[in-house]
Formats: sequence, structure tokens, C-alpha cells
Amino acid sequence: MNNQSTTLRPTIYDSSKQRNAAIEELRSVSRYRDLIFQLIRRDIVTRYKRSVLGILWTMLNPLGTMLILSVVFSQMFNMRGTYPAFIITNLIAWNFFSQTTSASLNAMLWGSSLFKSIYLPRTSFVVATIGTGFINTLLALVPLILIFLITKVPLHATIVLLPLSMILVAAFALGISLILSTFVAFFPDVAEMYPILLTAWMYLTPIIIPEEIYTKILGGWLLRLNPLFPVIRIFRLVIYDGKVPTLAEWGIAAGVALGTLMIGWIFFTQKSKSFAYHV
Amino acid sequence: MSDFSPEPQNDTAIFLSGVSVCYRLPSEKVATLKEYMIRVIQGKVRYHSFRALNDIDLFVKRGEIFGILGRNGAGKSTLLKVISRVLIPTEGRVWINGMVSPMLELGAGFHPELTGMENIHLNATLLGHSRKAINQKIPEILYFAEIGEFIEAPLRTYSSGMVARLGFSVATAWEPDILILDEVLSVGDAAFTKKCTERMRSFRKSGATVLLVSHSVDTIRSLCQRALLLEHGNIMEIGPAREVSEKYHRLIFGK
Repeated sequence: MNNQSTTLRPTIYDSSKQRNAAIEELRSVSRYRDLIFQLIRRDIVTRYKRSVLGILWTMLNPLGTMLILSVVFSQMFNMRGTYPAFIITNLIAWNFFSQTTSASLNAMLWGSSLFKSIYLPRTSFVVATIGTGFINTLLALVPLILIFLITKVPLHATIVLLPLSMILVAAFALGISLILSTFVAFFPDVAEMYPILLTAWMYLTPIIIPEEIYTKILGGWLLRLNPLFPVIRIFRLVIYDGKVPTLAEWGIAAGVALGTLMIGWIFFTQKSKSFAYHV
Repeated sequence: MSDFSPEPQNDTAIFLSGVSVCYRLPSEKVATLKEYMIRVIQGKVRYHSFRALNDIDLFVKRGEIFGILGRNGAGKSTLLKVISRVLIPTEGRVWINGMVSPMLELGAGFHPELTGMENIHLNATLLGHSRKAINQKIPEILYFAEIGEFIEAPLRTYSSGMVARLGFSVATAWEPDILILDEVLSVGDAAFTKKCTERMRSFRKSGATVLLVSHSVDTIRSLCQRALLLEHGNIMEIGPAREVSEKYHRLIFGK
């Protein structure tokens, strides 16, 4: 028998000897990394393989929104010709966050039938969704660079810090997704409420309106209480502003992103035991 | 029960001790957060508990083909879920030695837009196999599933029999230590059913344990040595398959 070499699961399972759920899940996910790869592959393939529009859509979506917003807002804010570059940078970061969090809720609804018939690390669908979002965001950088070139906004060397800032957005999105997915597992209507929350969140974060406007609201507390702001701001600093974020800026963003991820991971794994009980 | 030991032995495959599963259902179905919040504020959330399994002791030896009988709602699926780690029991201890390969509900986890080959990879990773292990098994899976050239076509173009064959081939490609078969023998044509039966026998020869859930008394009697009859979450009878199936027959037809 060659089961020892092909199975990813421990040979003996004893429910009376289970350790900490959060750590156990972390081990499971690393054993099931090929599954996460396959799930990402499935999402990418089904989106792009059989339609040229699929890949174009990823690029056209931020371009279209950027165009509309540029026409409306560029006169309002004193930004001269740089508003399109500003808005497309923010939109891509925002889309990364909003699309992955929404998609992970749907993945959770889809996966719930599987959770009832086979054992899987429960976080794998959410982790895979964030992975898919990461790849989609990389594709969306093509129109971003295009807009920078067309509007003659200089691209700075600080763009090499982009992967690091994307990892922070991903960590934050994963944390939020895990918290939301836990609620969705018990109350499916949370998935319907989330778009409303997202719309509010977008306007409460400097995405389409420059940061200066927000610093005056509530004495700056609106921004200070928004956990997404420091994370998404790093993304803009390294691409649009061309600044190397200070150590404090990195620290706050990393603290918020990794803290959210930890809270989400622990909350999800504590509650996921009873997912299968919900019929 | 004379053969029941308090600890799993060397040749034990499945060992359950005092396993109960208690679903905590809201008295009125509260399916939305909005409704739940309203009821919390009103103090109206009440639960009643439903025991799907009650104090189950079970001991299955390695290499056995063990039958599970019971009417609808007797707790058969819940028992299988506990054994395949999907459900963590409310009480009791579950001890499993070896890889459990449950049957995915046919088509679950398959994606209609992916090709048969892509679905093999997806489904096999869902079952917990590594990429390397899958690549080694591909020829065997293809041979058994008899999909032919369709393997590179999207799954939506397949007939339901082809989907079932593909699902069964992936699930049984790995010679699991414990194979769960839940009413699958009724799927597919006579030739495929025969193949499934042969594969089960070969598993048994290689030392695998098989849990067979079926409504068919004949299937249980011809394939299993021992069986278990569940009724309202309790073990009503456990022992030689012949006796248990007779009891089941009497239970249903009231003779």
C-alpha cells in the first residue's frame, strides 16, 4: 500500500486529541496547498479561458469607472491632469479589497454543500479567493500603467514596493473575509447586506475623493477609525505619490492588516466546527 | 456486546465510543440575521435539541465490509459524517485509522465549464491528494472512467452516467483505507455496477475497510460480513449481516 506517500491527512484521527483549532487549521491549509492552487486555477480558467472578453473585462472595468469619475470630478478637485492616474490607482486597490471579500462570501455559500459531505480545511475557499484576487489585480496593473503613460504622470521607482503593499491589502481582505464568512455560514442574508456596507465603506475611505477633504471631517477621526485607510493608503503612496512610506506608516498598516487577519483566523476556526451542524 | 473493547486495537479501523450528535435547532427556523436580531431583542430565541445519534459504540476491524441499514432519518448519514470528520460529535470519541474516502455526492465539486481532466484534478485535490499523487493516477482514472476523447471537453457536455463514472473513478483511485459507499451501486448501467462491485472486492483483498450504506437488503447480505441497524439514532441491532438484514426486513414490512 502506498497510501502513506499519497495521502495528505494524518493516518490516525482521534477526536479526543485535537489541539488548538487555529493552529490545526494552519497545518491543514499547508497540507492542502495543492487544493488552493486548483481552486485559484479553476477561478482564473473559468473566467478567462473561454472568453476574450473575460480578460478584457478585468482591464476595462477600472478603465470605464475611471473615465466616468474623471469627467465628473477632475474639475472639482484641483488636481490638474493627474486625477485619472490618482483615481485608477485607488480603484484598483479598492477593487482588490471589495471584490475578494464579496467573492469569498459566495465561495463560502458554494462550499457549504461540500463541507457537509467531505472534510476540507474550512479556510481553503476563502484563502483561494484572495489568491484569485491577487492575480486579477496584477492583470489590472496593465491599464494602470497605460493611464500613467497616456496622462504623462511619472511612474516612480517606489513601484517595486507594490508587492509588499498588495500583501498587506490581501492580509486585511482575508481577515475581513473570514469574519464575514463566519456570519454567512450561520445567516446567509449577510451576503445580501454586504454590498450596502461596501458602498458606505467606499465613500468613507479616500478612494474617489482626495484625502485632504477627509482630514477635516470629525477632526480627522473618520480616517483614524477606518482600518482600511492606512492599508490602502500604502498602495497609493508607492504608485501614485511615488513616496517610500515611513516606518510608522508601514507599521500601522501592517499592524492593522495582520491584526485583522489574526482576529479573523481565530474567530473563523473557533466557529467553523459547528458549520456542518447548520442545515 | 462481548467484542467491544474500551480502546482501539492494532487491527481496528473505526472505533466510536459513546458518540452522540445533538443538533440544536431553533424552534422556529431563524435563517436570517435580521430575524435573529429581532428575536434576540424580543428574547424569543428558543432551541430544541434533536439527537441524530445517541451513545453509539462501534468497532470495525480493518478489512471488513460493514453494512449500515436503517430507514430514512435513522441517522445513517450523520454516522458517516462523523466517521469522515465532517461532523465533530457533541459527545464521545471518534478514532479512525487510515484515510477515509467518502463518496462525494455525484457531481458535487465538479465544475461544468472545466474539462473532465481539469475536474479530475480539482476533485482529487478536494479529496486531499497532492498534485504529484494525482499525476501518477491519471492513466488509471481514465481507464476506469471510460470517458474516452471527451476527457478534454467541458463537463457540461457529459451525460449523467459519465459524470457518475468520473466521480467514482476519482474517489476510488487511491485504495483508501476506509471506503464509504452510500447508495452508489444503483448509479450507472449494469456493466458499471459490476465493475464497482469488483473494485470493492479488490479493495477488500488489499486490506481496505468498506462501509456500505444501502436500502437493498440483498446487497448488504451478499457483500457484508457484519452490519448495523440504526433506528432513531440508536443501534437497534449489530452483528452478522444476515441476521441484521432480516431484522431490517421485518422492521420495514412488519413481519
